[in-house]
Amino acid sequence: MDKETLLTTVQDKLKAQFGGGFISSEMVSDFPVFVLNRDIICDAVRFLYDDADLSFQFLTTLAGTHYPDNKGHELGVMYQLHSLRNNYRIRLKVFVNINEPNVPSITPVFLGANWMERQEFDFFGINFTGHPNLKRILNMDEMTYHPMRKEFPLEDGTREDKDDKMFGR
Amino acid sequence: MSKDKIITVSGNDQEKEYTTLNLGPTHPATHGIFQNVLKMDGEIIMSAESTVGYIHRAFEKIAEHRNYYQITTLTDRLNYCSSPINNMGWHMAVEKLFNIEVPKRAQYLRVIIMELSRIADHLICNSVIGVDTGALTVYFYIFQLRERIYELFEEVCGARLTTNIGRVGGLERDFSPKAWATLDKILEEVPKGLKEFENLLVRNRIFMDRCIGCGPISAEKALQYSFTGPNLRAAGVDYDVRVMNPYSSYEEFDFIVPVGTNGDTYDRFMVREEEMWQSLSIIKQAREKIKKEPEGVFNANVPDFVLPPKEEVYNNMEALIYHFKIVMGEANVPKGEIYHSVEGGNGELGFYIISDGGRSPYRMHIRRPCFIYYQAYTDMIKGCLLSDAILTMSSMNVIAGELDA
Repeated sequence: MDKETLLTTVQDKLKAQFGGGFISSEMVSDFPVFVLNRDIICDAVRFLYDDADLSFQFLTTLAGTHYPDNKGHELGVMYQLHSLRNNYRIRLKVFVNINEPNVPSITPVFLGANWMERQEFDFFGINFTGHPNLKRILNMDEMTYHPMRKEFPLEDGTREDKDDKMFGR
Repeated sequence: MSKDKIITVSGNDQEKEYTTLNLGPTHPATHGIFQNVLKMDGEIIMSAESTVGYIHRAFEKIAEHRNYYQITTLTDRLNYCSSPINNMGWHMAVEKLFNIEVPKRAQYLRVIIMELSRIADHLICNSVIGVDTGALTVYFYIFQLRERIYELFEEVCGARLTTNIGRVGGLERDFSPKAWATLDKILEEVPKGLKEFENLLVRNRIFMDRCIGCGPISAEKALQYSFTGPNLRAAGVDYDVRVMNPYSSYEEFDFIVPVGTNGDTYDRFMVREEEMWQSLSIIKQAREKIKKEPEGVFNANVPDFVLPPKEEVYNNMEALIYHFKIVMGEANVPKGEIYHSVEGGNGELGFYIISDGGRSPYRMHIRRPCFIYYQAYTDMIKGCLLSDAILTMSSMNVIAGELDA
């Protein structure tokens, strides 16, 4: 199955199963990407895991994103699934409001999502509901903010000797 | 303090009394900064909790403020036992984003470097298993072989451990005659040394008794925990990125993916041993293939990344401008979102880049194999003896730099 067929197959299956939970799909470079409603993410992952033809039974990675300009959907989570049997790889995405960043945890399906979700909680403050042990993992427990969000610059913003007007982001 | 960290002494004789033991953060037996709080019943581990992040350096955040070629030095410091693989993985990810086609000869040169660093990585891990089973001699034998490989890295890029080897688009310079001579020496010495190493350990009764059945994990569990690399293959799943999603012309090479059956320490050890032999064979094949390619080609024609030759920079205005532009990171970065993974020393090392067209990535995420499989460690050592827990950790090839990124 080539990538385009995979895109339409998964899209049809997700639409048939979840209806309104499916938001959009597109081809991003060589990956089929599906944007889903956050409420169905765990069920969708479980559905793709159990599907006999697709069998997405390997979670490659999971990453948070922050788009401050995307009002109402500032935070996102990307899930990358791999079907080792067929060598299909897809990406699922959910977007949530930064004031209410709750995403259902997928730890019931993948044990390995445990630390990956803890890492994204630590850095982006995404609250994975139903996670067995959601606490900071790489940063210290006393930290009060989530450092990978875009409002935190890498260096002290008050410094004047490091003018990045010409070359900086 | 949570409840299970307190030693409870009860009057009732029937009740068990557990001891809490802090293994780490710095302990000579754990080869790195790992902390595990163990609940012990005598010498048996009842439960464990890992604490990670002691050497966290926020690579993903730093990467959002650096331009693409500067991020290579961050990848050095992930799995520092095989940094060339990390460097190449990053270069290939950027090449995928920029749509750069690397010439075949450069791809083969990269394969040689990557396979050599895989050998160096596995040599360290396997000899450390020897150390933890009480065989210190093999460790010193092996370091001689690793030294040869590092000599070649030094010849190619000038550094030994944190190599920053290669550039986006190929390599920074061609292999010198001395590098080829070192490679010949490696191909002559490593098989001999490896054979000697195997004679000392593989059928050694003490070593086998110590390793067989120590820290096993089933294939189902390993997949649930997203294991990759030798640890997954030792459990019996033949997933290798080089075969499943080939990069850098790996599809042209002929090699076997070794798998184990029990996923215990001995299987992990044996899988790595066999992989080293396969790597040697791949290097030999690559050397033959290079002979058929046009000489002196070692990078693609990408003015965004490949520095012009120094003579031109000093004498030619245009070359000087390009040199300046490259060093300042002024590349025409396309917008996009890509994921590229390579088979690292200990598993699938993936780079996920979101680019918004700025000079540095909008978001860079690294799939670090260690971080993902180390979470199974507490599960694997439950019910084991303390000494087995140490051995299990060293056989999993957990590298602190990659774990904490």
